[in-house]
Amino acid sequence: MFYREAGDFKVSYVDDSQTFPIKFDRYRYYVVLAVAFGLIPFLINDYWANAILLPFLIYSIAAIGLNILVGYCGQVSLGTGGFMAVGAYACYKLMTAFPEVSMFIHVLLAGGITAGVCVLFGLPSLRIKGFYLAVATLAAQFFLVWLFNRVPWFYNYSASGQINAPERDTFGIVITGPNASAWATYLFCLVFLAFCALVARNLTRGTVGRSWMAIRDMDIAAEIIGVNPLKAKLTAFAVSGFFIGISGALFFAVYLGAVEVGEAFGITKSFLVLFMVIIGGLGSIFGSFAGAAFLVLLPVVLKVVGVDLLGWPTDIVAHFQLVIVGALIIVFLIAEPHGIAQLWRVAKEKLRLWPFPH
Amino acid sequence: MKMKLTTLALSAVMAAGPAMADLVFPSLSYRTGPYAAGGIPFADGYADYFTLLNERDGGIGGVKANVIECETGYNTEKGVECYESTKGQGALIYQPLSTGITYQLIPKVTADGIPLHTMGYGRTSAANGEVFSHVFNYPANYWNGASGVVNYLLQENGGDLNGKKISLIYHNSAYGKEPIRTLEELSKKHGFELTALPVDHPGQEQKSQWLQIRRDRPDFVVMWGWGVMNQVAIQEAANIRFPMENFIGVWWSGAEHDVMPAGDKANGYKSVTFHNVGRDFPVFDDIQAHVVDKGLAAGSGDQIGNVLYNRGMYAAMLAAEAVKTAQEMHGTADITAAMMRDGMEALVIDQTKMEALGMPNFGPSFNVTCENHGGPGLVGVTQWDASSKAWSLISDFGPTDTEVIGKLIDEDSGAYAAENNIEPRCN
Repeated sequence: MFYREAGDFKVSYVDDSQTFPIKFDRYRYYVVLAVAFGLIPFLINDYWANAILLPFLIYSIAAIGLNILVGYCGQVSLGTGGFMAVGAYACYKLMTAFPEVSMFIHVLLAGGITAGVCVLFGLPSLRIKGFYLAVATLAAQFFLVWLFNRVPWFYNYSASGQINAPERDTFGIVITGPNASAWATYLFCLVFLAFCALVARNLTRGTVGRSWMAIRDMDIAAEIIGVNPLKAKLTAFAVSGFFIGISGALFFAVYLGAVEVGEAFGITKSFLVLFMVIIGGLGSIFGSFAGAAFLVLLPVVLKVVGVDLLGWPTDIVAHFQLVIVGALIIVFLIAEPHGIAQLWRVAKEKLRLWPFPH
Repeated sequence: MKMKLTTLALSAVMAAGPAMADLVFPSLSYRTGPYAAGGIPFADGYADYFTLLNERDGGIGGVKANVIECETGYNTEKGVECYESTKGQGALIYQPLSTGITYQLIPKVTADGIPLHTMGYGRTSAANGEVFSHVFNYPANYWNGASGVVNYLLQENGGDLNGKKISLIYHNSAYGKEPIRTLEELSKKHGFELTALPVDHPGQEQKSQWLQIRRDRPDFVVMWGWGVMNQVAIQEAANIRFPMENFIGVWWSGAEHDVMPAGDKANGYKSVTFHNVGRDFPVFDDIQAHVVDKGLAAGSGDQIGNVLYNRGMYAAMLAAEAVKTAQEMHGTADITAAMMRDGMEALVIDQTKMEALGMPNFGPSFNVTCENHGGPGLVGVTQWDASSKAWSLISDFGPTDTEVIGKLIDEDSGAYAAENNIEPRCN
């Protein structure tokens, strides 16, 4: 019924290797893009932007970044929070040092700086693997947070150690600060997300992505068939760092506006993004979106249902949130260890045959 | 400017909505997480006072007060979500009880035109009303607290702290770092030696810090802690047998639940305060009769008279008085956030007013002006008596070093104004 392939002929290699080879899928993708770019900016208000859409977009970028490292290249990282902090502080230093430069450039540069830092911490991955690498990245997490707390230069010697995003624009439209309008911040993040997802998708199905996956599946075999582990692992760290840096910069500058490194980029952030990747599905771009949506939206939905609809006390709802989110994570991982992305894949297979499964 | 017009139009639309039938006081509370021990009594006191006004007086000026609670868990991301979800409901004033959330909200409330009251926390330099139009931190701020501690120590030591060693153990966050600059200035002025020891969130791990205190043997330890950090610090101080009477906390490190876990060993621990302690005030009898006995209390009703419950109630009282002032100024009972701001800027609290409210001598008398959003900054000292399980005021509310603080406030608010292109108001 849906996802029919009958009559959907491909006459060129380009057609055959496109991201969405099934016509229905492709149109769905165009519709999603059209709604996201053409419709939502006109309907959005402050609440939707700041409470739901911005965190979803920004965490999606972070999840894509981490997915490249963990899901595609098989290098476990617990340093996401620290790398996001690098992006945020790089963006802050750039914003305050060069106020006249467009935010676009600042965010991209922040991503680039984070990529460099990420490569530096990725170097040990050539020698150590698995759990030991996780511990090494954990060290990065704590070291970076400590560094940004410790060296006043990073927060421009402010009394509180906080960094505050001043008002900056791109093409004359205010993006950061309190006077930024909801549609502008939303579109700004959406553009970055679309860009990151496109880049990630095309990297992962090209030579680079295949060498990452070869390393992930069996590094010795990969080396024997000619994949350079140094190059593969470090490019994975660099690309992952670039995306995570962008998400950190957006998280600070566009979403929160003021950040305290220990609270905003602590170890819990690393775990949160890792959970997004695991729940969404390792090694899947769609999974990154699904995981981010699951962990960003669920608490908000539970709060709206519990407090606003049922009128329960806020503390009971907050406790229930922990229980329900935790239980759902367990249920998901037992029912489908490969995450929401796999559920989606299975559903798609079923829909292809439906309603005549034989 | 266009943006301002749209916000104006938006708030006008919202003002016309049905949600404005009552006075909305969002309470960004935290009843979960490592800081809940302090968050619960404060939120209870805040809500109970408005319930009292509704039950006893039929609201404020005849309009019912409506407290909307939103759980932040002391987390800035949730704080932003709470702010966005409540601001459209006609919110008059925000009191987030978190310095981190305050920093986030300062630019937002200024753009949205809603006043923010951060009583004894938040950004200290917000006391300069010329720069921070919508932020208030009367009656006292962190730097008053730091200076109050030093003044008390001066008084104890015959006016001389030369060569003394003071260790500051602080929560490693914007909150804990806030007093360092003032203490550094004061250490230069009075010649004492200051060592700052950070404790990371949430503050359960303090062994190494107390080991260092044990090695340094400071004459006094000052604490800038919150949540579970306070209990752990007092327990650790007891463990190394540090004399409790030389251990002074800021007002956020001086409540019953902070000292109770250490039992008798916490006897003599001190804390500065900007309002009175205990439950010997007529207003608590009213709360008992009109709120708790009717089953309307926000919590279980057993927190009345606790330090943080009192503080929550005091915060609610100041908000309610500002509403009354605004109602008089604008001649309407159903005020908006902009009128509320005017009311706060013209707020006058004196002893006759407080006596009429059933809170004689509960806090200082003060006038808020356009230039001064910080109040008088009078600081007293309380001490814990473990046998009677009560705090008592041992040093009356006294002035703080406004010379040092004023200079620092001008410096910090000037930097903020330059960063954000703010023209000084009030001329």
